[in-house]
Amino acid sequence: MSEMRLSQRNYYGKALAELAARDPNVVVIDADLADSTKTSEFRKVAPERFIEVGIAEQNMIGVASGLAASGKTVFASTFAVFASGRCWEQIRQAVAYPKMNVKIVATHCGISVGEDGASHQALEDIAIMRALPNMTVISPADAYEAYAATIAIAEFDGPVYMRMGRSESPVVTREYTDFIIGKASVLREGEDVTLIGAGQMVSFCLEAADALLEEGIVAEVINMPTIKPLDKGTLRMSLMKTGCSVTAEEHSIIGGLGSAVADFLSREMPIPLEMIGTKDTFGESGAPDQLFVKYGLTSEDIAEAARRAVGRKKELRE
Amino acid sequence: MEDYTLDELERKANLLRLDVIEATSAAGSGHPGGSLSSADLMAALYFRAMKHDPSDPAWEERDRFILSKGHVAPILYAALAETGYFPKEELMTLRKIGSNLQGHPVKGKVPGVEMSTGSLGQGLSMACGMALAGKLDKKDHRIFCLLGDGELQSGQNWEAAMLAHHYRLNNLIAFVDRNRLQITGNTECTMSLDPLPDKWRAFGWNVIIIDGHSMIQILEACEKARASETNPTVVIMNTIKGKGVSFMENNYEFHGKACKMNEKEHALAELEQTICPK
Repeated sequence: MSEMRLSQRNYYGKALAELAARDPNVVVIDADLADSTKTSEFRKVAPERFIEVGIAEQNMIGVASGLAASGKTVFASTFAVFASGRCWEQIRQAVAYPKMNVKIVATHCGISVGEDGASHQALEDIAIMRALPNMTVISPADAYEAYAATIAIAEFDGPVYMRMGRSESPVVTREYTDFIIGKASVLREGEDVTLIGAGQMVSFCLEAADALLEEGIVAEVINMPTIKPLDKGTLRMSLMKTGCSVTAEEHSIIGGLGSAVADFLSREMPIPLEMIGTKDTFGESGAPDQLFVKYGLTSEDIAEAARRAVGRKKELRE
Repeated sequence: MEDYTLDELERKANLLRLDVIEATSAAGSGHPGGSLSSADLMAALYFRAMKHDPSDPAWEERDRFILSKGHVAPILYAALAETGYFPKEELMTLRKIGSNLQGHPVKGKVPGVEMSTGSLGQGLSMACGMALAGKLDKKDHRIFCLLGDGELQSGQNWEAAMLAHHYRLNNLIAFVDRNRLQITGNTECTMSLDPLPDKWRAFGWNVIIIDGHSMIQILEACEKARASETNPTVVIMNTIKGKGVSFMENNYEFHGKACKMNEKEHALAELEQTICPK
């Protein structure tokens, strides 16, 4: 992991500008937050294909659906709280049910939103989007992956929800790597425990793996950017080897990555699983670093969960 | 489409009404009341006013129709079947398991259905998206959207109305089936909509008020709306819920209830009389 920190939404903006040049069919729609979501980068180069709807997210989704029904590839962006929650039923009726080619790309997910507080910290978006049939759910690990995923979902025909953070976050993937929807990647191989992360929690998983190694626990680290459909193959391979796991996400433990992995494990390979995420609670105002500590989302929390998981595995085997 | 006379179009409207009664009675459920109130519009659009080709539902230059009040799917299915999008016999599968004719319309299941609707208050936004796409692609087609009056209580319509004016979507034509009844009863007692024309005018729309059961007024309104050079147009159609069947007229109980067997025979007899007078 490099020391470099980059903003996912800046790279989303870059990718949109690239798509503007590459594909005349791409249309971007935003609800008064273009400068924050960075769809403004698209507006700069293709203003005629940028549609501002004002503060009206429900309408935004209906309009996106109508554009897609007319053959457009539509990117609809706003903050994650509004993009997923304010218009959930519109997404259900107008996007997911008729399988429209609409990409809902949300920024400002999770508690790293920081000072704006709980009203603006989406911690349920993965859960409610994952519950929709036909919906693909993506949470890129870093800025490079956000860029690659944006290009990949533009080429994919169907509804997608993608979430990104507000702040800069550590770079954990390589630039210019193709993003494959539904494919996880093993960032570090190990044999004692599998750490499965999404979003910027992947970088904390790598830090936790470093700490665990000093104690002789060799952790495998998986970056799981597609939460639906889950890459069961990569999970199976890793968990057959390690026999226990920890999930880490900047989201509630109810319905997110942890739940998705738990669904899979309980059906196919019941092994110890610990979940790192917020615990059925709203966030609050504060600096992101302070909030990560207060809500138990640090690399040390992940390492501690890994020790518990390894302990549980040993108990089961004794 | 053939050049139907006004008389013929009126008979077509009653033929669609007949299909609605047959299909909803066979289903044992459905929404005949609002289907009957919008039958004249649907006949006018599908047999005359809209540019479309039942043998080529994906024809790029076609006008698009969005049924925002998706619960009156039976009247849309009747119009599509009678104009040849799919065999008429299929109407009798309405609402049955495995049928393409779902309780509310589904895009992709039925040729000619442009969008999945049913959750009220969303169709105008979808129509705006299609109208914007038409502008982007410099197309000459129009987007027609049928709204219920009750659903105008939903705020999303007004978000869409604002957008349609902002982007000067003169290629968008909305119709309000102003039958003044919703599931609970009178719209003005449930949540008043009047002064409805003023609301649309305040949002920057051209407003045309007509008798929604007058074929000539419907056709003239369509022509006027098509000619609009800047603004979107809304046609407020004063209508009678259950129109065409005496005991269903202005009876809100038939909002979401099919005819029983004896009622069905009575209704069909009344409608047949108007189609082929003896």
